[in-house]
Amino acid sequence: MERFADIVAAHAGREGALLPILHDVQAAFGHVPEEAERAIAAALNLSRAEVHGVVSFYHDFHAEADARPVLKLCRAEACQARGVEALAAALPEQNRVKVETVYCLGLCSVGPNAMAGGKVHARLDGAKLAALVESLA
Amino acid sequence: MTVTVRISDDALALACGADEVAAAFEKAGCTVERVSSWGMHWLEPLAEIDGVGYGPLTTDDVPAVLAGTSPLGIGPIADHPFIAPQQRFTFARAGKTRPLDLGDYATSGGWAGLRKAHDIGAEATIAEVTASGLRGRGGAGFPAGIKWTTVAKAKAAQKYVVCNADEGDSATFADRMVMEGDPFMLIEGMAIAAYAVGATRGYVYIRSEYPHAIAKMEAAVRACAHIIAPFVLEVRTGAGAYVCGEETSLLNSLEGKRGEVRAKPPLPALEGLFGKPTVVNNVLTLAAVPWILAHGGTAYAAVGFGRSKGTMPIQLAGNVKHGGLFEVGFGITLGELVNDIGGGTASGRPVRAVQVGGPLGAYHPPSDFHLPFDYESFAAADGLIGHAGLTVFDDTADMSAQARFAMAFCAAESCGKCTPCRIGSTRGVELIDRIRARAPRAADAVERLPQTHNARKGARTLAEEITLLEDLCETMKFGSLCALGGFTPYPVLSALKHWPEDFGAAVPAEAAE
Repeated sequence: MERFADIVAAHAGREGALLPILHDVQAAFGHVPEEAERAIAAALNLSRAEVHGVVSFYHDFHAEADARPVLKLCRAEACQARGVEALAAALPEQNRVKVETVYCLGLCSVGPNAMAGGKVHARLDGAKLAALVESLA
Repeated sequence: MTVTVRISDDALALACGADEVAAAFEKAGCTVERVSSWGMHWLEPLAEIDGVGYGPLTTDDVPAVLAGTSPLGIGPIADHPFIAPQQRFTFARAGKTRPLDLGDYATSGGWAGLRKAHDIGAEATIAEVTASGLRGRGGAGFPAGIKWTTVAKAKAAQKYVVCNADEGDSATFADRMVMEGDPFMLIEGMAIAAYAVGATRGYVYIRSEYPHAIAKMEAAVRACAHIIAPFVLEVRTGAGAYVCGEETSLLNSLEGKRGEVRAKPPLPALEGLFGKPTVVNNVLTLAAVPWILAHGGTAYAAVGFGRSKGTMPIQLAGNVKHGGLFEVGFGITLGELVNDIGGGTASGRPVRAVQVGGPLGAYHPPSDFHLPFDYESFAAADGLIGHAGLTVFDDTADMSAQARFAMAFCAAESCGKCTPCRIGSTRGVELIDRIRARAPRAADAVERLPQTHNARKGARTLAEEITLLEDLCETMKFGSLCALGGFTPYPVLSALKHWPEDFGAAVPAEAAE
C-alpha cells in the first residue's frame, strides 16, 4: 500500500499523471492490482471506475499478474510479408514464455521481428525464434 | 594510429547484431563511434571506415574487414546507388553524426533554424513554414503553416506543442529513425513551433514499443534543456494503443484518460491538450522545420510535385530486397521505388501487391506502378500515402487474408467510441471469413419461421455477400469518427477490386487484362 503511495507521490503535480503512474506500477508489480487502482484514484481525485477504465483500455496494462517472461512477436503486415505467420504457426507449444502479438516494432525492413525485455531481434527464422523462446524460459 | 569504425546504434542495427560487431571491432583495437543509421537496412550492421562501408557484418567478418579482404565491402557509402540519388533534408545527418552529441549537432548546422526564427520573429517564422508548403507528414497532409497560424491567433494563457510520435503503422520507421538518430533536430523543430505560436510547454508522445527512441529522446531533452528554454519539453510514453496515433485520442491519452477519439470540432488547434490551443504535428513534420527555417521556405517548396512540396522520407519495407529509408522529393513513381530503388522482392518472386500508407492504406497492384508519389495522385487512385510506408508482398500473398487482417486489426485497435468502427470491423471479419470459406450466410431459425414472412428464406449468394462487404465498407468510410474506422475500407476494397479471384469471384473478362 505504501509503495503505491510512493509511486503516486513521485508524480505529484504533473499534468496528466495517470499514465506515467500506471507505467510505474505495471513495471514494479507486473500488473496493476486492485489496491493500486484504489490508491491512485484517491490520490488523483478520480473514481476507481475511471482508473480501471484506463487500465483496461491500454494493451500495456494488465489487471492480472502473470509471472512468465514475455516475448512480443510482431505480426503486422510488413512482418507478414516476410513470413511471420508461418513462424508463429510452427512455434512449438509451450507455456513457460508468454508469446504476445504486437503490431509493429518499427523494424519493418528486416522482419520477422520480436522484442523481449527491451531487447530487439530481427531476421528471425523458425530456429532463431524457437531458440529465443527457449532462452527466456 | 587506430582505425575509427562507425557503426549505428539505431534499434534496427541493434536487432541485427550491431552491438556484438562493435564489440568485436573494439576488441581488435579499433576506436568505435556509434552513429545514426544510413537507412540501408539490408546492409545492417553496416560498418564505415574512412567513408567506405562494409555490411551486413557478423563478428566473424571483422578480421577480414580490417585486413582489407572482406567481400562485404560496398565502396564509398555516399556514392552508393541507394544513397546518391536521395534528397536528404530531414535525414541530412543520417549515418554521419552521433545522435546524442551536442557538438556534432551544432557543427552540422544544428540550431541554425531556431536562431533564424528568433532573428525574424514569430510571425515571419510562420510565414516561412507557410511558404514552404509543408504538409502534415502523419498522413492527413494538412498544411502546417495554417495550423500554426490558428494556434498563434488563439488567445490563451497556456498553449502547447505536442509531437505525435505514436508511429504505429506497419512499414513505417522514419519517426523512430529521427528520434534515435537525430533527436536534437526534432527538439529544435518543436522549439521553433513553440516560439512561433507562443507555447511554453511541449510533449513528445512516444509509443511504448520504441524503448530505444524513448531513452534517446529523454537523454536529448535533458542535454539541451538550456538551449530551448524557456520552452519546457517532456517525453511521455504510450501504452500500446494504436488508435493513440490519432491526434485527439493522443491528447486524451496525454491527459491520463482512455485513448478515445474526440469529435471535431472543436479543433485541437483551438481546444486541444487540457482544452488549450495546441499544435499537434507528426515527428517528420516538426523535424522538417529546422531545415525550412535555415534554408528558407522557398528553397523547400522548390522541391516536390504539384501541391506536395518538399521531400518525403519514404520507407521501403516488407518483402523487399533493398529495404530502408529513401528520402526524395515528391513525384517519384511507385514502380521506381519498388523495382529500381527497392530491387524487387527479397524472395526473388514477382511483386503481387504493395500496400502504401500502413494498415489503413490501399493495396496497389503492379499496374499502379506509374503513380507519382504525392498526396493527390494516390487519393485519385483510391489510395493514400499516409506516413509513406511501403509494404511489398510477393505472389504468395493471399489478398483476401490481407483484407481480413485489415478488419481484424481495426477490431483489435478500435477505441470503441463510434459504432461503424467498433462493430463494423467485427462484422467485417465474420463476413470475409464466410467469403473465404465460400459459405454464404443461410437463413437462421427465426428467419425461417413462417411469421417472419418478410425475411428471406434461402442462403445468400457469394455475390450478395461481396455486395454486403462493399456496403459495410461504405458505412465505415463515411460513418466513422476517425481514420481508423474510416480508412480500414481502403485495404479491404482495394484487395477486393484488384484481386477478386482471391474472394472466389470468377475473373470478369475485362478485368482479366
